[in-house]
Amino acid sequence: MKSILLILISFLISTFTLKDTVPRANSESMVDSDIMVVDFKQLQPFLEIDNDTIYVVNFWATWCGPCVREIPYFEQLRDKYEGENLKIVMVSLDMSDDLDTRVIPFMRKYDMKNKVLLLDDPQSNRWIPLVDEKWTGAIPATLIYGNGFREFYAKEFTFSELDKIIKPLLSN
Amino acid sequence: MKRKLLVLALLSMIYFSLIAQPIPVGSQAPDFSLKNVDGTTVSLSDYANEKGVMVIFSCNPCPYVQAYEDRMIALHHEFAPQGYPVVFINPNDAVQQPEDSIEKMKERAAEKNYPFPYLKDETQEVYQAYGATRTPEIFLLKNEGGSFTVAYTGTVDDNYKDASAVEEAFAANAVKALLAGNNPDPASTVAIGCGIKKKN
Repeated sequence: MKSILLILISFLISTFTLKDTVPRANSESMVDSDIMVVDFKQLQPFLEIDNDTIYVVNFWATWCGPCVREIPYFEQLRDKYEGENLKIVMVSLDMSDDLDTRVIPFMRKYDMKNKVLLLDDPQSNRWIPLVDEKWTGAIPATLIYGNGFREFYAKEFTFSELDKIIKPLLSN
Repeated sequence: MKRKLLVLALLSMIYFSLIAQPIPVGSQAPDFSLKNVDGTTVSLSDYANEKGVMVIFSCNPCPYVQAYEDRMIALHHEFAPQGYPVVFINPNDAVQQPEDSIEKMKERAAEKNYPFPYLKDETQEVYQAYGATRTPEIFLLKNEGGSFTVAYTGTVDDNYKDASAVEEAFAANAVKALLAGNNPDPASTVAIGCGIKKKN
C-alpha cells in the first residue's frame, strides 16, 4: 500500500513538473533551432541594441575547436540566467554551403537553444573593424554589451570567466 | 554597482590592451630559423638576395587556409620570379591539433605540391614575435640592405569565398606597390581566420 502511494505521489509530482517545463522547452527549441543567414548589414543591429538587456554575441564556427569547446558554456549561461535580461546570439562563420550539411546537424547535436545566425559576408576586411577595431578576425571572439558596458574578447572562455563578467552586469 | 562597473571596465581595459596584434607596418621583421618539411632549416637571412619575402602563417585544417590555398600558391608563382617568394609557417600546437603535426604537414605540402618551404614554428616563438593571431595571416617583408621590415600585414584579398568576385587583391597589390617603389595601400587588412592554437 505504501509503495502504491509513493508511486501515485511521484506520478503526480512528475506530471506537475512536466506540465510546467516540457511544453515551454519544446516551443523554445522549435523557435530557436531556426537559423537565419545574414550579411553584415543585417547583423549590425544585433551589435548595438540599446535597452535594458545585456547582449552576448559570440563568433564561432563548427570547424573551430576552441569555439566548439566553449559552446556548452554559452548554453549554460542561458540556462542560469533564464528569465533575466540576458540575450545570447551565436554568430556562425561557417561557409553558407555548409548550412544543411554541417551547421544545422551541429546545432542539433549540441542542442543549441541560443539564437544562431550564420553570417555570410565574405568581405570581412570591411566588417571586422565595425565589430571591434582591435579584432584581427581570429575566432573564437565574443562581444558583450548593454547598460553602458561594452567589451570585446578575443579568447576562449570558461564558464566561470563568462559568469564573472555577466553576473555583475545583471545584478543591477 | 557603479563602482563594480568601474572596476570591471578597468580590468577590461587592461585585458583589452593584451589582445594580440600584428607588429606594425614599418617595424623590423623578427628573424626566424625553422625546420622545413624537407628536413632542412630555413631562416629569414636565407632570403637576403631577394627583394623581400611573403611570410604566411598557415596550417592544414583551417577552411580559410583551404579556401585561399590555391591563391597563395599562385602568389608565389607570380611574384617569386620578381623577387618576392612565399614562405608558409605553421604555428599551431600539434598536441591540440594533430592535423598540424610535421608528418601531416609533409603530406599536405606533397599533395598540394607547395613550391615554397612549409616551416614548423615548434616553440611558437616566431608567431608571437610577429603578433600573428590567425591562419592564414600574411606578413609581407621588404628587404632593405639585408634587414627586413614589415610592409603589409593581413589577408590575401577581399573575398575568401569566390576568387572570381574579388574586388581588391590586397596581397598582390601590396607586392606590386613595392615593385613600383611605393608603399602598399592599404598597408594592413583584417580577415576571419582560425585562431592560432597555443600550447597549454
